Amino acid sequence: MKKEKKGNQYIFPLVIILLFSVVCSASLGSANLTVLDSLKIIADRIPVLKNLIKTEMIPEVYTRIVWDIRMPRILFAGLTGCGLSVVGAAFQGLFRNPLADPHILGVSSGAAAGATIAMLSGIGFTIMGFGVIGVFAFLGALLTVLIVYRISCVGNKLPVVNILLTGTAISTMLSSLISLLMTFHHNQIEKVYLWTLGSFSAASWSKVVFLTIFVFVCTIVIFIFSKELDVILTGNETAESLGIDTAKIKKIIIVSASLLVAACVSVSGIIGFVGLVVPHCIRILSGPKHQKLIPLTGIGGAVFMIFCDTIARTAAAPSEIPVGVITAMLGTPYFIYLLQRNKRKQVFV
Amino acid sequence: MKRKWKPEESGEMKITELSWKPSKGQASILKGINCVFERGNFYGIIGPNGSGKTSLLKNIMRFVESTEGDIELDSIDLRKYKRREMAGKVSLVPQNTHMEAAFSVYDIVMMGRMPYQRRFEPDTEKDREIVLEAMRLTDCIHLKEKEVSLLSGGEAQRVAAARAIAQDTQWIILDEPISNLDVKHQAEMMNALLYLKEKKEKTIIAVLHDINIAATYCSKIVMMKDGKIYSSGKTEEVLTKENLSNVYEIAFEILENDETKRKYYVPCL
Repeated sequence: MKKEKKGNQYIFPLVIILLFSVVCSASLGSANLTVLDSLKIIADRIPVLKNLIKTEMIPEVYTRIVWDIRMPRILFAGLTGCGLSVVGAAFQGLFRNPLADPHILGVSSGAAAGATIAMLSGIGFTIMGFGVIGVFAFLGALLTVLIVYRISCVGNKLPVVNILLTGTAISTMLSSLISLLMTFHHNQIEKVYLWTLGSFSAASWSKVVFLTIFVFVCTIVIFIFSKELDVILTGNETAESLGIDTAKIKKIIIVSASLLVAACVSVSGIIGFVGLVVPHCIRILSGPKHQKLIPLTGIGGAVFMIFCDTIARTAAAPSEIPVGVITAMLGTPYFIYLLQRNKRKQVFV
Repeated sequence: MKRKWKPEESGEMKITELSWKPSKGQASILKGINCVFERGNFYGIIGPNGSGKTSLLKNIMRFVESTEGDIELDSIDLRKYKRREMAGKVSLVPQNTHMEAAFSVYDIVMMGRMPYQRRFEPDTEKDREIVLEAMRLTDCIHLKEKEVSLLSGGEAQRVAAARAIAQDTQWIILDEPISNLDVKHQAEMMNALLYLKEKKEKTIIAVLHDINIAATYCSKIVMMKDGKIYSSGKTEEVLTKENLSNVYEIAFEILENDETKRKYYVPCL
């Protein structure tokens, strides 16, 4: 059947675009390299390609810039974009709500509150390469999800309305808490504010590894339940009558998605918009089936975030524009264009 | 997953002393329901608004936890079934069939095959045949590629019925399956259900509002009032002037066609 193929043909081009944007981004910056040089430097680290490539012509400092500074940052941005977009797609399906985004359950506000407390208290330590801010943010995120989850549970069930409202309420409360803390610590306002806007400037290989684990494991878990998400999208009771334990699926998706968001947010701050818009854009290509939507969204989110971060670090060099600003300013016009173009067709779900 | 159920199971659905209230402190909606649904029948559940028809179906589908009492299917407590096992035995056409999703009608009907498919397993030729057959029975084959969110109320209802038929279960439960259909499609839907009962030996339980339709198609009637079963049994035994006027609180007249001997139930408005 022709229709069955819909969506799959985009995987390959998107992967090519992803690789292309990684290499391009790696060659852009204050030290301008040719695309070919940065490609060589990256390929030099890949076991099989290593022997085929000569990098002697490239100065050592360039190798260091590309491999030690730019690559971790690019991968870091890509992984965050992928994670946030996948969670957005999963939440939009699970909650049957086109406005759902990764921050809807209050995970991100929890992370921000944790980070703020760490910054203001002035404790300093590092665990396995992670600063106290990241650790507190991660714990804050997990604690918040736990609270939201406990409050919205009714018996064995987890009503969507409950969880959305509780998430929003807790989120608002935590934002107020952050504001309160900031009013008592005037001198730190800028630091806290910039953290919440999100940035990839503190990238490192250890963070990349940390994020890779979370992004891959959680994305695979969400991907496994693609068919269930499809059916849940048509209604809770319908899904149950078709043999799906919706309560169980909801829990699994919420837990893995929250872990993923917690991981992303605690190392990169709160980057909005990606998780909301990328799934909608991809859905126009892939159709509503999650088996196609989830992988495409992951790749699309990574490309989008790498693109935005490259602009964030190069457009106003040597100073940086917060990446969250770029995502919204670039994403919105494009999203509106897509909405206009597809006016007759329904964009969401 | 392998099919754990055997199609030839004896099978009846036995409801004993079933009571249900939505939450603590609220009034009971179902009050001590006792009833047995036997295989191979076409049951019509009738009764006025708020008499507990949909609540009964919700309890049978286990969308809610029963407060008291038991429901047994094939002599096993419903609570012991896994959802997936249940989905191989009982299918449902819900009351609200509107779907706000971009799936095609074909995709939706194919979801009826979920209980039999492994994860990531592509649809088999058999699945496709069953789906197309179900769509033919409910007259929605021409809608195949149409997006479900764009369907009319009646079309959506037929698609939901097609999905339940594609699920190919012994029990098919329908909550007001013809409420949005025009007369022609009402007859077609009921004929399709009758066909499933007669030719495929399915058991149909349908909540119906049209007494004449219930009288024409159903072999048995369960009449509900105030969360209790007022009367149940063979259609003509339940649908008496007295029962109808007591349950609906409006007088009924029963007219009989001299030639066909068909009875017509007319409320005295």
